[in-house]
Amino acid sequence: MKPQAGPMASEPLIRLRSVTKTFGSGATAFQALKGVDLSIDEGDFVAVMGPSGSGKSTTMNILGCLDVPTSGEFLFRGHHVEHLDRDQRALLRRRYLGFVFQGFNLLARTSALENVELPLLYRGEDKKARRELGMAALDKVGLADWWDHTPAELSGGQQQRVAIARAIVTHPQVLLADEPTGNLDSERSIEIMELLTDLNRTSGITVLMVTHEPDMAAFAHTIVHFKDGLVERIDERAMA
Amino acid sequence: MNLHTTDIANAAAEIRSRSSGPMRLLGTTIVLAVREIRRHLLRSFLTILGIVIGVMSVVTMVTLGNGATAAVQQSISSLGANILQIRPGQGFGRGGGGPQPPDFKEQDVEAIRTQVAGVRAVAPQAQSSGVAIRNAANWSTTVNGTTSDYFTAQQWNLNSGRIFTPAEEQAGKAVCILGNTVVQNLFRREDPIGERFRIKDVSCEVIGTLATRGQGGFGNDQDDVVIMPIKTVQRRFTGNRDIRNIMVSVDDAYDSTMVQNSISQLLRERRNISGAKQDDFNIFDTKQISDTLSGTTQILTALLGAVAAVSLLVGGIGIMNIMLVSVTERTREIGIRLAIGAVGREVLLQFLVEAVALACLGGVIGLLLALVASMVLAPILQVPFIFDPQINLLAFAFSAGIGVIFGYFPARRAASLNPIDALRHE
Repeated sequence: MKPQAGPMASEPLIRLRSVTKTFGSGATAFQALKGVDLSIDEGDFVAVMGPSGSGKSTTMNILGCLDVPTSGEFLFRGHHVEHLDRDQRALLRRRYLGFVFQGFNLLARTSALENVELPLLYRGEDKKARRELGMAALDKVGLADWWDHTPAELSGGQQQRVAIARAIVTHPQVLLADEPTGNLDSERSIEIMELLTDLNRTSGITVLMVTHEPDMAAFAHTIVHFKDGLVERIDERAMA
Repeated sequence: MNLHTTDIANAAAEIRSRSSGPMRLLGTTIVLAVREIRRHLLRSFLTILGIVIGVMSVVTMVTLGNGATAAVQQSISSLGANILQIRPGQGFGRGGGGPQPPDFKEQDVEAIRTQVAGVRAVAPQAQSSGVAIRNAANWSTTVNGTTSDYFTAQQWNLNSGRIFTPAEEQAGKAVCILGNTVVQNLFRREDPIGERFRIKDVSCEVIGTLATRGQGGFGNDQDDVVIMPIKTVQRRFTGNRDIRNIMVSVDDAYDSTMVQNSISQLLRERRNISGAKQDDFNIFDTKQISDTLSGTTQILTALLGAVAAVSLLVGGIGIMNIMLVSVTERTREIGIRLAIGAVGREVLLQFLVEAVALACLGGVIGLLLALVASMVLAPILQVPFIFDPQINLLAFAFSAGIGVIFGYFPARRAASLNPIDALRHE
């Protein structure tokens, strides 16, 4: 972790400064984040851990530009993004971020390839480019032969691979994974973690992952522990 | 870092220009909308069904209603245009108690013919009835004694043969012209011209047949008639020289009310009715009854329209339900699209295109089915088929409008959700 901002080269990819998030208002208001400070370098593999209600998911949603902080600063590549509007955040997600969810969130009755192509459609890629990039992404997750299968015809592990292919098809800078192995058995979980590790190493994608399983967190390079809406401690492992 | 050196604002601008140009956006959304429609066939089918039923019921009902109106108007016009019927008595009946007002005389007819302006033809009528007999066939019918002016006044052409000559009229010869119903019943497929038959002990020669007129304004069969010279009927059927009613054809250039007033005045003088005393005859203007009857059919059409509007409303509620349900069901899908970087308006446009496509498809199918249904039902109900573009357009616009509105607004609500809330939606 680099403690202070320097020239562009040493600026962390993501920086949160005193970020708070309050849900509701008045008597029922609940402060989920109470001043989070966090820096994430490009190329890192970060696992976010903590008991439920500790603020880890809220932090992930803010980092993924799915939600906005109540107060504090959020710098992405040195630019303030905490004040972006809905559309700007959508464009930021489209350009720089990829998402993997615990529940896969694939479109039903839609083939693996069409699911993977979806972000490319919104980026305005033509049919040929969509097909090539989509197949390349499916190939990367080892499902090139399954391109015409719908989610219902795929196992949980395969569905999550399709979701990962959809997340990386646009070559995002950051891959955000919210409990990606939460619905999978340990064998499939390890396969998914190996895939994420591989993407992190070979493609240089920064991976941010929420998990409550220490076994899965062990794959990460940095482990951020949350407690009561604050960062409790940060563990770093030497890269293998 | 060198892979991603463009700054965020630049990237946003670049993406906007590349992917969110109106044409590009529309192309993308059409691809997406068509995919979604094909993928959810049952849902699409149900949506379309609501619109089809709404459009079809309204268009069919109004088309048949218009046909019925036209049929009624047609039979009204068969009464003859601009004809005044003059009868003794008040109103339709002959009045209640008291002495019966006298029938008209030949002099009354002459007076109307010579003294009233705007009269094109005056035809006196004396009526009787009897059973016409020929060989084994017999047929009970009406005998109408009149003059050749009757055919002018009624604008009733002959199918074959000729009308009476003045000599035949003067002499009161037993010649007759038959309506089609009588021809059918007495002669079947034979040519009746020159043949004879008997009616009430009178042997009568057929000199002509009338063109078919069909049902009259009161449901009577206008073709069930035997027409003879008035003198013949007076002498051999009624036994007096009374004239039951007088038919006056008004010249098109004259106002029928004005002619009616002059006739009324003339007859009051001739029948010695003075001052405040009521007429003991009535003049019945076919134009008035045609106005009354068209008023009635207009009410009928309005009623049908109201029934149709209800079915359109019911169809509309069906469309509304299926759209609301499907959009609620699709909130998670909207969340997915938003999370992977779709802008709210892209998602909205897709839903709008889907709704428009389904609504238009349903509308077109509904219109086609209505066309088929009307064409099949019109002959069965014996009304003409009349295509009314206005109702077609209206029904289509209403159903499609409901489909679009209720497809669009719930989608707009969903698209304005926070992506994570939309994703959590079950």
